[in-house]
Amino acid sequence: MAIATKGQTGLTGNTAVAYAMKQINPDVFPAYPITPSTAIVEDFAGFVADGAVTSELITVESEHSAMSACIGASAAGARVMTATSAQGLALMWEMLYIASGMRLPIVIANVNRALSAPINIHCDHSDSMGARDSGWIQLYSETVQEAYDNMFMAMRIAEDTNVLLPAMVCFDGFITSHAIENITLVEDADAREFIGQYKPGHSLLNVDNPATYGAMTLQDTYITFKHQQSQAIARAKGVAASVGAEFGKKFGRAYGLFEGYRLEDAEEVIVILNSAAGTTKVAVDELRKQGKKAGVLRPRLFRPFPFEEIAKALSGAKAIACLDRVDSMSGFGGPLFNEVRSALYELDKRPKVMSRIYGLGGRDYKVKDALEVYAELEKTAASGKVETLQKYITL
Amino acid sequence: MATLKELAKKEERLTGGHRLCAGCGIPPIVRLILRSTDCPVVATSATGCLEVGTTIYPYTSWNIPWIHSAFENAAATISGIETAYRSLKKQGKIPDRDVKFIAFGGDGGTYDIGLQALSGALERGHNFLYVCYDNGAYMNTGIQRSSATPLFSNTTTSPAGTVIEGKQQWRKDLTRIVVAHNVPYAAQASPHNWSDLSKKAEKALNTNGPTFLNVMSPCPLGWYTKSEDSIKWAKLSVDTCYWPLYEVENGVLRVTYKPKEKKPLAEWLKPQGRFKHLFKPENKNLLDAFQERVDAEWARLLELDGKRV
Ligand SMILES: Cc1ncc(C[n+]2csc(CCOP(=O)(O)OP(=O)(O)O)c2C)c(N)n1
Ligand code: SF4
Ligand SMILES: [Mg+2]
Repeated sequence: MAIATKGQTGLTGNTAVAYAMKQINPDVFPAYPITPSTAIVEDFAGFVADGAVTSELITVESEHSAMSACIGASAAGARVMTATSAQGLALMWEMLYIASGMRLPIVIANVNRALSAPINIHCDHSDSMGARDSGWIQLYSETVQEAYDNMFMAMRIAEDTNVLLPAMVCFDGFITSHAIENITLVEDADAREFIGQYKPGHSLLNVDNPATYGAMTLQDTYITFKHQQSQAIARAKGVAASVGAEFGKKFGRAYGLFEGYRLEDAEEVIVILNSAAGTTKVAVDELRKQGKKAGVLRPRLFRPFPFEEIAKALSGAKAIACLDRVDSMSGFGGPLFNEVRSALYELDKRPKVMSRIYGLGGRDYKVKDALEVYAELEKTAASGKVETLQKYITL
Repeated sequence: MATLKELAKKEERLTGGHRLCAGCGIPPIVRLILRSTDCPVVATSATGCLEVGTTIYPYTSWNIPWIHSAFENAAATISGIETAYRSLKKQGKIPDRDVKFIAFGGDGGTYDIGLQALSGALERGHNFLYVCYDNGAYMNTGIQRSSATPLFSNTTTSPAGTVIEGKQQWRKDLTRIVVAHNVPYAAQASPHNWSDLSKKAEKALNTNGPTFLNVMSPCPLGWYTKSEDSIKWAKLSVDTCYWPLYEVENGVLRVTYKPKEKKPLAEWLKPQGRFKHLFKPENKNLLDAFQERVDAEWARLLELDGKRV
């Protein structure tokens, strides 16, 4: 633990998240390294080597095996965590669906990095967005503090008996994972109290009451399980809201399903995830000084997608740009654009919405880039017309 | 070592009513192995006939805790379970009692797609038994070749055609690959020799560390043989020395069964429809080549008998 200022500690995103994992002290931690999340598994291996946790580390030979071991351990009643990025998450893909389909509350930290090809180690959201329909709860984090806090909240939401689904905490590779930020740590005892003891309803190790897990389902039952899973992830929204509020009461940092920045009376709004929201807020402050009604909406919970709440929050806007750090390669913008635009369809008076793709593979997104988007939004707000529905920026 | 009578009296851990084919080699193998310990057992199966045939929801044949998650990861799944057991036991979160962990996989799930996960789990040294039931092809998906498929076998992806005579490659020697991981115990077995199989299972389950059994598993559907003859063909695979019974215990190899009279390979091949094309007169050279290779492998093994490998 490095630099400390007035109750605060200077930590990188990776160190902070590893520290949260140490405080959570999971029973099993399967680990496989990949940039930019490697430091998390290295730190955790250190905690195990020094006896700072009672966790068992499994240094698996691949991420596919990491998630498979997570599944085995979780079905055996253990609290399980791991970390990964990009190709690692992609290699887990098959197992992500099995973890959620088996309703196992595994928590992973996904440090966002671009997917190959071309190979690139820097930030974008193609990895976690590729897993957006895998049945995992997804929490996104703007800062080191939020990534750290999200780890505790993710555990609570995942293990809630009304949910029982795996959860993924996402934060930006290098930008957040490797940058040092002064953050406030939670006391060990408070962390333990907040997450509580994990009491699995079923376990493979309950040898006196044997159960079969992962049975084959045919046309007569598969859809029933999927329906239950769908209802469970829908319930995760309410649970996430109350867990975020409870976190606020206990630790003074309350979290909602999304963050609105100067949103109440905003007419031009950028919707954006993770660290780039910070840059966008600087642009908003500048524009507000000029009397312009700019605002930001930053979703925190992306899965399940809080479509009603977001539509309501955006209902007063005139023009919206959804900035995606990933391309869905659908020919129709990124995932954020598609979700937000679809959510707004329910409104009687729909704002104009455009898609902008930025920052792929770690390309910088600067205040000037945000200002340019706001300038376009202003034009659209005035004319009621979208000039360019979708395009790449920061090229 | 229990007698057959004693073994038969033990609780059935894989019950009847499953949907594996009549004459399938898998159920007798699994049942016998599960009877070879009195400890509680937690098991996992890779995707394949064993998994599909025993757990069609809402039914299950398993009287022990059992999980299936995917095809290529039985060894990784059992790694997670076994580690959870050690962690929870150490922390006093579960009662301190001896539990055995077994992963079952077919030849496809073990020799091919699951080889990496198996290698990783063996190297890490988890305390578990891995059982490969080797029926010589991807049977569950309709008899496609695997790297365990015998030379010249006719499968749906290595068909005996007009210019290519079935599978062209010798089978991968998985048992040797496992032995190269320096595991404390690895063996080959066959269900026709129940006492040899059950002794090996007992040894493996009483050994601390990763252990491995590669078991010949007749498949009437994929071998094109009669259901009632399966055990006979299992025995002939051993008596022709195509499938030698041996074990490697703490590095020392021991051939556990030497046929009094080594039978010609053709006696095993001929009744199996998958080798039918080998018995055309013009394919005699293929049959001879196959026999030669079996002889060479058997001779190599005999040379190692009693030695540190
Ligand atoms: C990743 C993946 N690839 C392919 C399959 C399709 N598949 C299911 S079972 C199987 C073959 C299993 O063969 P084997 O392991 O020999 O077991 P057997 O069917 O002979 O019991 C295949 C190819 C799958 N389920 N998962
Ligand atoms: S296809 Fe073969 S391996 Fe599969 S159940 Fe039938 S006999 Fe057994
Ligand atoms: Mg097979």
